[in-house]
Amino acid sequence: MSVARAPAVIGRRPRRDKVRGALFYGLLLVSVSIGFVLLGTLIVDVLRKGIGYLDPLLLTEPTSTDPDKAGAGPAILGTIYMMLILLVAVVPLGVGTAIYLEEYANRERWYNRLLELNIQNLAAVPSIVYGILGLAFLVRGLGLGRVLLAGALILTLLVLPTVIVASREAIRAVPDSIRQGAYALGATQWQVVARQVLPAAIPGIATGSILALARAIGETAPLLLVGALTYVAVNPTLLGSFTALPVQIYQWISRPQDEFRLLAAAAIIVLLAILLTMNAFAIWLRNRYQKRW
Amino acid sequence: MAARDTTVGARPGPVRLRAEGRRWGEVAVKGLLAACALVSVATTAGIVVALLEPSVEFFSDVSIVDFFSGDRWAPLFNPPSFGVQPLLVGTFMVTVWACLVALPFGLGAAVYLSEYARPGVRRALKPALEVLAGIPTVVFGFFALTFFTPLLDDLGVEVGIFNVLSAGLVMGVMLIPTVASISEDAMTAVPQELRDGAHALGASRLQVSTRIVIPAAVSGIVASYVLAVSRAVGETMIVLIAAGGLAQITVDPREPAQTMTAFIGATGLGDVPTGSIEYKTIFAVGLALFVVTFAMNILSIRLVRKYREIYE
Repeated sequence: MSVARAPAVIGRRPRRDKVRGALFYGLLLVSVSIGFVLLGTLIVDVLRKGIGYLDPLLLTEPTSTDPDKAGAGPAILGTIYMMLILLVAVVPLGVGTAIYLEEYANRERWYNRLLELNIQNLAAVPSIVYGILGLAFLVRGLGLGRVLLAGALILTLLVLPTVIVASREAIRAVPDSIRQGAYALGATQWQVVARQVLPAAIPGIATGSILALARAIGETAPLLLVGALTYVAVNPTLLGSFTALPVQIYQWISRPQDEFRLLAAAAIIVLLAILLTMNAFAIWLRNRYQKRW
Repeated sequence: MAARDTTVGARPGPVRLRAEGRRWGEVAVKGLLAACALVSVATTAGIVVALLEPSVEFFSDVSIVDFFSGDRWAPLFNPPSFGVQPLLVGTFMVTVWACLVALPFGLGAAVYLSEYARPGVRRALKPALEVLAGIPTVVFGFFALTFFTPLLDDLGVEVGIFNVLSAGLVMGVMLIPTVASISEDAMTAVPQELRDGAHALGASRLQVSTRIVIPAAVSGIVASYVLAVSRAVGETMIVLIAAGGLAQITVDPREPAQTMTAFIGATGLGDVPTGSIEYKTIFAVGLALFVVTFAMNILSIRLVRKYREIYE
């Protein structure tokens, strides 16, 4: 005969379990907040260090050996020019690829599946490898030299997968009933895409493209390899030597004098301000125009 | 007009639904779109060709055995030495420290978002995490060098001005959103019935999270881990700025080190003469970097597909 055991208490957990649950919850809260703590510290730190050098000179003057006279004017212009080229190059390519994959490609075919795999892999290739590509083909191979156009084209290839993925999601979110309605009225495939699907997907595509652009203008490593780390005193031209804001920041960080570190902090404030504005605009765009079907 | 049969009462013939001829405009559009898609194929092909050709030349000058077995990396010295081990060890050390932060905390953040956060909190937190992921790496490098390293020093960890520890830890925090976002996707894909069943059997939230949701989402979690490792291996600016440029074999995280990416960045930013051995080392190291990250990316993509197949 077995000894009678105490009946299980229903509806109450052992104290030990409660403590464990609370500990676990605490750990989760730490996990989710650690990133924000770092982000907050980073922003406060950068503001504290850079605010003294944040003046109009920073936005207009070229860099100099004297930190009190140095600015990031050509670098900021270089970044703006690259952003414009990027916008013109990456959006049509990205949206075109996304339309092909979502509306035209037959997924049973091996080459289309390979194409998808290829894009997913490209999205995770280290950015410096794109720099090597630019060095080998644009700077040396085509003989463009270390020019702004080479930098802009490399950034285009770098963020192309991001734009493709975002555009595909936007296109996929357009319900099939809209396509079928248009077909039923006699529209051709391109008419359906151009007049029904694309207009409905534009908010999503725009949001994704802006976020991709924001990522591109913060990139430093690939630009180092196509020669953005040079002294540029004049405003950049398409086929002239150039620098960009993050590269200028890197150059100032790598100087030994403390004043240049503070100058770098000031330039970081400018860079973060541009990026946050773009992010906020993208989010506003998404909330304002995104349709719920 | 004359051809049309307007006779009252005549049975209408079958309506032809097929197009009269091929629509060449449609064909052209499809070709144009496919050409856009080919750009990304050309990019991959370009990367492979760009890396392979100078690498082959490099390995005809330097024996591949010496490259992998040598423990001294000094390509710019005279006589030069091309043992890649210091770069591999440096890359490994930075990656390990980054993962010590990113993997547990990324998973924790994912569990919180998927299992604990209320919908409103979750909707607010997810874009905020994206902001963290959108901070340029040069900024994280600055932060590691000018804030985190002095902080570690003040805390009694005797780190050098350039050190692996600071670069690795800051990179780890940067990678938390990568891990959290993919893991959370996988956890959200776990059917609610599994959770309900466990709760009905008396499981606590902790038990549901750790014994039901995490095991069910494991392929997605591993995918996020592999991707985080791949990104840590490929990250350039943080290590270039905060870990220094000394290629040495050491496991002491307070010491400086050089990674594969930092070597490429540091060497490539000068005007290296085409065809010189320094120029070719950039490509040989780049090839090693590409192969390693490529393998991890493909593994990660496969794992993500696996959980999608199971639950969607």
